[in-house]
Amino acid sequence: MALLALTTVLAAACADPSGGATTTITLYNGQHAQTTDALVAAFEKESGVYVAVRSDSEDVLANQIITEGPSSPADVIYTENSPALETLQAKGLLAPVPATTLAAVPSQYNSPKGDWVGVSARVSVLVYNTTQLTPSQLPRSVMDLALPRWKGRLAIAQGETDMQPVVASIARTHGDAATTRWLQAIKANAGDNLYPNNEAVTAQVNSGQAAIGIINSYYWYRERAQVGPSHLHSAIATFAPGSAGTVIGVSGAGVLASSTHKAAARAFVAFMVSRQGQQIIAHSDSFEYPLGSGVTTAQPILPFSTLRPAPLTVAELGTGATAIALLQKANLA
Amino acid sequence: MPSATAVSTPTTPTDPPAPGTPVLGRTRRPRVLWALSSAVAALLALPLLYLVAQSASTGRAHLVHLVFRSFTFALVWNTIRLSVAVTVACAIIGTAAAWLIERTDLPGRRIWAVVVVVPLAIPDFVVGFGWVSVAPAVHGFLGALLVMSLALYPLVYLPVAASFRGADPGQEEVARSLGLGRLATFRRVTLAQARPALVGGCVLVSLALFAEYGAFEILRYQTLTTEIFFESQRSYDLPVASSLSLILVVLSLAVLGGDAAVRNRGRVTRSARATRAGSLHRLGLATVPASLALLALVVLALGVPIGVIGYWLVEPGTTTLPAATTLVDAALTTAGYAAGAGLLATALALPVALLAARHPRRSTRTLERSTFIVQAIPGLIIALALVYFSVHAVRPLYESTPLLVLGYGILFFPLALVAVRTSVAQAPLALEEVARSLGRPPLVVWWRVVLPLIGPGLAAAFSLVFLSTVTELTLTLVLVPTGVQTLATQFWAFSSDLSYGAAAPYAAVMIAIAVVPSYVLGRWFDRLPTRSNPTVPGSGS
Repeated sequence: MALLALTTVLAAACADPSGGATTTITLYNGQHAQTTDALVAAFEKESGVYVAVRSDSEDVLANQIITEGPSSPADVIYTENSPALETLQAKGLLAPVPATTLAAVPSQYNSPKGDWVGVSARVSVLVYNTTQLTPSQLPRSVMDLALPRWKGRLAIAQGETDMQPVVASIARTHGDAATTRWLQAIKANAGDNLYPNNEAVTAQVNSGQAAIGIINSYYWYRERAQVGPSHLHSAIATFAPGSAGTVIGVSGAGVLASSTHKAAARAFVAFMVSRQGQQIIAHSDSFEYPLGSGVTTAQPILPFSTLRPAPLTVAELGTGATAIALLQKANLA
Repeated sequence: MPSATAVSTPTTPTDPPAPGTPVLGRTRRPRVLWALSSAVAALLALPLLYLVAQSASTGRAHLVHLVFRSFTFALVWNTIRLSVAVTVACAIIGTAAAWLIERTDLPGRRIWAVVVVVPLAIPDFVVGFGWVSVAPAVHGFLGALLVMSLALYPLVYLPVAASFRGADPGQEEVARSLGLGRLATFRRVTLAQARPALVGGCVLVSLALFAEYGAFEILRYQTLTTEIFFESQRSYDLPVASSLSLILVVLSLAVLGGDAAVRNRGRVTRSARATRAGSLHRLGLATVPASLALLALVVLALGVPIGVIGYWLVEPGTTTLPAATTLVDAALTTAGYAAGAGLLATALALPVALLAARHPRRSTRTLERSTFIVQAIPGLIIALALVYFSVHAVRPLYESTPLLVLGYGILFFPLALVAVRTSVAQAPLALEEVARSLGRPPLVVWWRVVLPLIGPGLAAAFSLVFLSTVTELTLTLVLVPTGVQTLATQFWAFSSDLSYGAAAPYAAVMIAIAVVPSYVLGRWFDRLPTRSNPTVPGSGS
């Protein structure tokens, strides 16, 4: 059924009047290159549409699109987190995603307005050094990381986009005042262990420079793949079910309002959430959770169905502005 | 050193010209130079224009709330104190290395000359990452001071070395024969000759520190620029990021004001074209400590990053990320962009340097200084400014090779200008005027007289811009033609995937192709008539 829908969209794509012999669409890619390359290769083979990929960090790409305005060469944007897409949507730079495409993904992972679709998910977890800590010593709540016992042992990447969902979730559950106090406490606990990104937090916890940190789970899988089992001195763990620290972040894609190849662009986005596209994500080593067409991943440690995430919605996270304001108030940004 | 002029030739160009000075060149109205220089200055003002427009595009209350808070003042202080400390360190390291390599009989000078500039060719990410992995204690102010001094001293070394190379050796000899001691000669003659280069290099270092981002992020040192990146990348708040960048512009105006105050004291000009090399200072017993000092510098500056790259090469982790290019393709693309950028920036710098040096007035100096401001603006903001103007004015060129090379030309223009103006300031106007008065056509005069005189400066300019372009990432990612990979972008793709083993060869090739221009230029300088017969007094010849 999904395949049939895809074929229909592809037929429409090939009839794209501006396309000529071969249609080329431009993808502004903020996701990890593996996932994107695999998706693009399969889509090109399937559709005959050529996808020119331009990779950069999602925030630079979003700023670039904002600056380009209606002249943007981009047809599709694919980001690691939802705030970048929500920002573009708020500025009216995205075109609506067809309902059939949105329907492939549970609605809580799509834009409430319908201008972008969720493609994969990531979850915030604890990463801890296994020679310094045992599972029983781990905090049950993210709020406990503010306790004095973590002084000098905590690592965070306060400036990462991935931090915003956690902050927004804590604010939703515990209120702004408690969140500000928490941010000030974890800033003090982290001391010098404030890192630019999750990769660094993971590596520093694995090497023992810090004992514990907050990351998105797939960074640990990547670290494991990179260093190999003999150099792995870390593990991941979740917070208590439903508590504020466990947040689902959504990576998604949208079609630009200024795209001159909308049919082909929509076909590509539809392909990303199709069964075939989602299988590619499930089997690639981006270590994220597929969201659409009923596909699940075989990641061994934390199956998606067992996660009991905090109730923060994509709409509540929005552009991340609330979380950023709190980070700024705590002088963490 | 106000007394420096005492032993230099009295051709100090002031306005109006001193009596008895040749005035032929200066009486002609430099219309063409003015037109060219104004066009260059206008091009370089584009990022500034963008900053002002962006800052003005939002409500004042919002700006005041986010810009004028105590956190901003703390960041300004962080920026200033690091900038001062690193500039002083680079001035000392760069000048000492340049003197040892260009003016003494240090063994292996040519090899040293190539090796000491290589730090410019190592991406700041690799440097920062290397230090953080090898010595986690390296962070914060002292860590940033160490890492940035070791990364930026070539910005002082290159222009000062070019200046030493082109300096008139006769002046030192005269000073010595008049009974001035070694140290006094160095201070009052050698250093005075290199003053424009030294001051220029220091300006480059301090402005480069204002705009640095990648290394500070890893070293966990917060400056205005790290906050500018946060505002633009996390909040998508370009107006606030632009307003914070304008603070950097104000700081850079202070630096340029300081440059104006010191640079024009004690100007030194060569009295004649140096047709022979100056005698090289004999180091004697000092050879060993001097060599060891240079070795220590190179080990500190290169050992850590190259060691990390070597480790990645030897212990390659697994990667499933297919390379979007090959090493050879990426190297050729990168070398092509870097050569284009080097040529363009040098060509753009030439009229500005000539105008400011040959027609020194308040107006020409102001025009020249205005072109330095771009050095203090973070690369991402310059990239977005170019996106804005090219999308609106030259849409077909957007994300094309010419626009990317133009972007590099703007980004690295100040590096080229410092190197070019050093040589132009040293080149005696009298020779050119004599040649003209003998009836030689201007082009012939240029080719036969001016070009050989300013050649070392042009070559140093090309080299500086080439090296800097090879590792440039921020602007490259924004403006590179879609689908094209450079060494830096492919390195970035692998390293952001934690695939350091796959990334390492790209970093290694960056360093390898950076060695090429340094080596070739070194050989070329050696073959120049001025250096064909380096003599060492008392060496038995």
